[in-house]
Amino acid sequence: MISIEKITIENVSRRNFLQGLFSAGAFVLSVGKAPLLARAARNGAPVGATPTGASPSIDTTAFHPGVFVGIETDGTVYIVAHRTEMGNGVRTSLPRILADELDADWNRVKVIQGDGDERYGSQDTDGSHSVREFFDTLREAGATARLMLVRAAAQQWGIPESQCVADPVHVVSDKSSARKLGYGELAALAAKLPVPKKEELKLKSPQEWRYIGKPAPGADVSDICSGKPLFGMDVRVDGMLYAAIAHPPVLGGKVKSLDDSATLRVTGVKKTIPIDPFTTPHAFQPLGGVAVIADNTWAAFKGRNQLKIEWDNGSHAVYTSSEYKKQLQETARQPGKVIHTVGDPDAEFAKGGKIVEAEYFAPHLAHASMEPPVAVADVQGDTVTVWSPTQNPVGVQEEVAKALGLKKENVTCHVTFLGGGFGRKSKPDYAVEAAVLSKKTGKPVKVIWSREDDIKFDYFHSVAALYLKAALDETGKPKAWLQRSVFPPIGSTFDKDAVYSGAGEMSQGWNVSPFDIPNFRSENGQATAHIRIGWLRSVANIYHAFAVQSFANELAYAANRDPCDYLLTLIGSGHMVDAGAQGPPGTAEKYPYDTARLRRVAELVAEKANWGKRTFGKGSGMGIAVHRSFLTYVATVVEVEVDNAGAIRIPHVYTAVDTGIVANPEMVRQQFEGAAVFGTSIARTGEITATNGSIDQSNFFDYPVARMNDAPYQVDVHIVESTAPPAGVGEPGVPPFVPALCNAVFAATGKRVRELPLARNGFS
Amino acid sequence: MIHFKVNGNAQTFDGDPEMPLLWYLRDLLGLTGTKFGCGMALCGACTVLQNGKAIRSCTKQMGTVAGLEITTIEAISAHGPHAVQKAWADVNVPQCGYCQPGQIMQAVSLLSSTPKPSDDDIDSAMAGNICRCGTYQRIRAAIKEAAKERA
Repeated sequence: MISIEKITIENVSRRNFLQGLFSAGAFVLSVGKAPLLARAARNGAPVGATPTGASPSIDTTAFHPGVFVGIETDGTVYIVAHRTEMGNGVRTSLPRILADELDADWNRVKVIQGDGDERYGSQDTDGSHSVREFFDTLREAGATARLMLVRAAAQQWGIPESQCVADPVHVVSDKSSARKLGYGELAALAAKLPVPKKEELKLKSPQEWRYIGKPAPGADVSDICSGKPLFGMDVRVDGMLYAAIAHPPVLGGKVKSLDDSATLRVTGVKKTIPIDPFTTPHAFQPLGGVAVIADNTWAAFKGRNQLKIEWDNGSHAVYTSSEYKKQLQETARQPGKVIHTVGDPDAEFAKGGKIVEAEYFAPHLAHASMEPPVAVADVQGDTVTVWSPTQNPVGVQEEVAKALGLKKENVTCHVTFLGGGFGRKSKPDYAVEAAVLSKKTGKPVKVIWSREDDIKFDYFHSVAALYLKAALDETGKPKAWLQRSVFPPIGSTFDKDAVYSGAGEMSQGWNVSPFDIPNFRSENGQATAHIRIGWLRSVANIYHAFAVQSFANELAYAANRDPCDYLLTLIGSGHMVDAGAQGPPGTAEKYPYDTARLRRVAELVAEKANWGKRTFGKGSGMGIAVHRSFLTYVATVVEVEVDNAGAIRIPHVYTAVDTGIVANPEMVRQQFEGAAVFGTSIARTGEITATNGSIDQSNFFDYPVARMNDAPYQVDVHIVESTAPPAGVGEPGVPPFVPALCNAVFAATGKRVRELPLARNGFS
Repeated sequence: MIHFKVNGNAQTFDGDPEMPLLWYLRDLLGLTGTKFGCGMALCGACTVLQNGKAIRSCTKQMGTVAGLEITTIEAISAHGPHAVQKAWADVNVPQCGYCQPGQIMQAVSLLSSTPKPSDDDIDSAMAGNICRCGTYQRIRAAIKEAAKERA
């Protein structure tokens, strides 16, 4: 088991709290990953139905926490997606796992979005672990419901259970005759049965899977394509006010003086409200500043532009990223904190011989999800309802409760669709802003961040300076390898004194090497953060893979070897890497780091790309990189054409992925196609800089992201068939893409990119 | 008082003439299919049709809409899914989906002026519409499929 939490399944068909949600005969199983001890606290409270005041066009129907599957008497199967949909496909992939074991007809399944509630187990949709963590739970839930339906049929017919089978879908058949009973017909009877013990369940063999491993399109495609109000930005609540906030330009800044007279003259502006500065550490608290409250979004934005605020910028006004870069690079040249050592690299380096060194640099990045942060909150006495695009609904409950001095249980968080998340929407500061303003106005308040707010006041992906050194033997293979990474850590968001990396960032492609090298050491140098640092899709893997895979490519050329052959030599024939914990207890045992799987994806991608069998003209070439992240093995080949002016075209990308068992290959392909585009944005133009503590960029003209004509023309995704446990797919495509592209640029032009983005190197 | 049409319905407006059409549609009419992405006509999430041609509603001021016919994503499927929407579903284009109404409106506009678009036509028509999830490859395929469907 990956998790120490217990899967608890209860028959809740007769519970009062379901009244109004299901008809009297419905069969409902509650499935939680934590013990259901907390249930009593909420029992009896009316839960569900449309929240007061919500516009009827928004489907905000709440479902009782812990309810994973319900079968109506008409045969409709309701399955809760308790994790966040942001393009990751969880509203399709997760319910289909349960529907498979249930032998439900997917066309008769309705997916319901779960509210925030810790009894579901983790809802924090980041770290590429939705399928990984809930695969077993969902299968068990589906198999439990199926067995209860089978038992209901056996009882109805008065025949042994062994004579009944759920076949083909949505019905139970009597093996000895042609009679059948539909799931809807069996619901009322199944609802009266006790929940079978886990030992009684018979999970399907992979050969019997109906949906798992089979491609399926997104469950919500037609709603999305017809412009239905699905997103946080679309939430409208009766009587709601709109707010735009002038945030302090420097982290920790405070309002010194405010003149809002021009603002208050703007048509539609109601008032201005100061928001308290945070107490250090900032964590997920609002940044402070001044809110403009208006009766529409435009008036709020226009009014905000008219504010005259003098700021007390505070201590972080020292932050100028061009100066900071020099400090990071200097730190990276000095010995750092030792993270992991194999053999004795210093002894090997001391012997001399061929030594290669290189320094790499990767700047801050902003998430820039298409939907900027937004939330609606309605505070009524000591209860709060929040509608928010959030990756972290329990975090919303906790942070709102903390800010308003309430109990977490008093905060309901309805999770909308997310217009992209990429890690930004795990941080609920914007939902707290809405709650604080609702309390102060006595009305529901929608806080809307503009694109400028989003870019300037992000939790930024960290800037990193990296130093690598290798001693090569006579064949050009490393005898010793040193890698040192320096960046302001994510921990600084939660502890102002944190200057060293946490275990998480070090486990992201840095603490250990996938390569077969006898003497190895990884190090980390200290750095102080001056802006909010947070996780962004793939996190530290981005700069770590960029450095390691670029350096491996440099060593290949230094050894006069083909880069792909050399990479395979570095990996070797395959060995187990002791990578430490890698996640919750049990993860390392369930997901051993096996470089034979890394080698296999490298070989597969080389074969698919016809590596070594193609000839390239001037300005064209291919690059390769491999990386294991989020327990998934990926190899990527990027093909480029670079013209004389340095303009890069990416005609083809080939990716091979081994992520263990795949829930929905269609979603896996989408994630890896998307990762190539996300990686293109990072590699070509991704760069956030700061001057005197303020972020220099503000919108897509100075923080460009990949457009159709910049993006790879064709991305082919090759999925390795595997019986290993499912790992994760949302993030692992990004890290190898960036160095594969830079390595391709080297192959095409002879120009080595050691500093991201490519735009800093004369390319566009 | 400004007179114009939205999705075939006559509308009037006498508010702030600087208000972008986007916020009028979203906040005043409740037509939230048209999305906010950048406010500077840089991302295309807010694309609507003005007399059948794609425009960015985030920079179109209400003071300039007199006499215009505006069409939003909500209206193009009034009589069942539009060929572009069907192609979008067939190719399973969306990931998060937030930019897709704008992408679809831009594609509808492209196909009405260029029924058989080449790759270059598609690039130049669609380059103003950003998708952060990176669905461009599928968008291109869906436009080609819709073109075939309409031929």
